[in-house]
Amino acid sequence: MKKKFDKLKLLFCGLIIGSLTGFFGSGGGLFAVPLLEKVGLEPQNAHSTSLAITLPLSAISSIFYFSSESLNLSEALKYIPLGIVGAIVGAKLLFKISSKLLRKIFAIVMIVAGVRILWI
Amino acid sequence: MDLIVISVVAFLSGIMASMGLGGGMILILYLTAIKNLEQLSAQGINIIFFIPVGIIAIILHSKRKLIKWKQVFLPLVSGVVSVCLFAFLATKVKSDFLKNAFGVFIIIMGIISLFKKNKKS
Repeated sequence: MKKKFDKLKLLFCGLIIGSLTGFFGSGGGLFAVPLLEKVGLEPQNAHSTSLAITLPLSAISSIFYFSSESLNLSEALKYIPLGIVGAIVGAKLLFKISSKLLRKIFAIVMIVAGVRILWI
Repeated sequence: MDLIVISVVAFLSGIMASMGLGGGMILILYLTAIKNLEQLSAQGINIIFFIPVGIIAIILHSKRKLIKWKQVFLPLVSGVVSVCLFAFLATKVKSDFLKNAFGVFIIIMGIISLFKKNKKS
């Protein structure tokens, strides 16, 4: 019974993450982490697992959102090399950081994101 | 100077994206507020940025066994359905009210998370 409930919870997580990513073009990730923690994942696992879910969903949403004119590849290429370096550093940090500190940082990020959405 | 700013923005966005902290926020904010790009353009650039950065992060997290792959499949299945539906809906409806509601909701969630006590393991 518990396994069936967990499966339903995971399907529900996906519905929420997909709907937010689809409707806003992004933002699904902000919900993915707390939803995955609710299902029982530890913070580090929730943060890393959320990437595996949101990356393909973001790619799919981009098909709906963007015509080829909106996808500015040459501009994006300026940021990718150091973005990849950052990703490597971030991956190491995620492995080493405490769950408590990760939760606090994420909470601050959510507040800042919310303020930005409302006021900018 | 521009090169330094781009480098810092890209590096920080990569770190945050890799940690599942929403790295797109920094990049999109820079592109819209400083480079004065349209929101849609900025989101497009962010998605292109996120794909290789996200793939690298997923590979590294997977090697460290941080990703719980069993918990990826079901959310992806339902997520694919809802992302298609809601992306389609987004092109049909005015999103300002929902956008503001979303902003308020995640601020509240952030505040609750900030003051939430850690679960004892």
